[in-house]
Amino acid sequence: MKFLRMRPGHGEVLLTEGDPEVREDEERLIEEFRRQLDEGMWAAVPTHAPGSGRRQAVMIHDYDEIPSDADRVIFFPRASGG
Amino acid sequence: MLFTVLALTLVALALAMPTLWRELSAVRHRRAKSAKRRERRAIADPGRERRAEQRARELLRSCVNDEEWAMYRDLGFIRVRGSTPGYAYLVYPHKPVVAYMPESGRLLNEYCVEFPDMSGAIAGSRLPDSDDVLAKWMALTGDERRLIRTANMHLPGRQVDPGRVRRDLWRLAQWERQRSSARS
Repeated sequence: MKFLRMRPGHGEVLLTEGDPEVREDEERLIEEFRRQLDEGMWAAVPTHAPGSGRRQAVMIHDYDEIPSDADRVIFFPRASGG
Repeated sequence: MLFTVLALTLVALALAMPTLWRELSAVRHRRAKSAKRRERRAIADPGRERRAEQRARELLRSCVNDEEWAMYRDLGFIRVRGSTPGYAYLVYPHKPVVAYMPESGRLLNEYCVEFPDMSGAIAGSRLPDSDDVLAKWMALTGDERRLIRTANMHLPGRQVDPGRVRRDLWRLAQWERQRSSARS
């Protein structure tokens, strides 16, 4: 699984990647996930809507909410009124 | 004796003054030049934004479906259907999200929203266009209510010209017709 983050003026960057089944990797992923949320990021996993060709995102608030088949989590700055 | 030493020191200083002055000016000149060079390097990397946008487009393409990607590529915006039937949004890069009714084409609201990265040195700059669209798409399809709650809501026409939105809706209808006739 990859953790990507949108960066102003840069596009996405790879924060970290690892196999959640491997304990060391999972600890690193959890730590990075928390750090990103602490920095004010939102996290989402792009996915297919069940039963249709439609795509959608699932917003992730906690590491445990990441779908087991997700291959990436995208972090992006929290929305604010413009 | 003391007087002689002082006098000699003064004379030596007076003689060295032009050389010292030249050195000082040269140092100042070198500093100004390197500051200008740094500034030019920071401003003039025309490829940087283009590369960022290219990366962002690839990411967007990998997240949305084929129709949405083609819509963005051809028209410059994405239509996202709302969770409430008969309700949809037009997502433009770095412009408010426009809510409308697909059946009648009636414009409802503008939702002004942005995604400022407040962390460290990159505060102040903004996401590439396609990242901004993807952020809105993810926030809308993932948690529409939260995004709408967060945004500042205005009547149509505050930031996006309603005439332009109507033209875009017309372009979208034409585009969909062409696609469906090409398929059949």
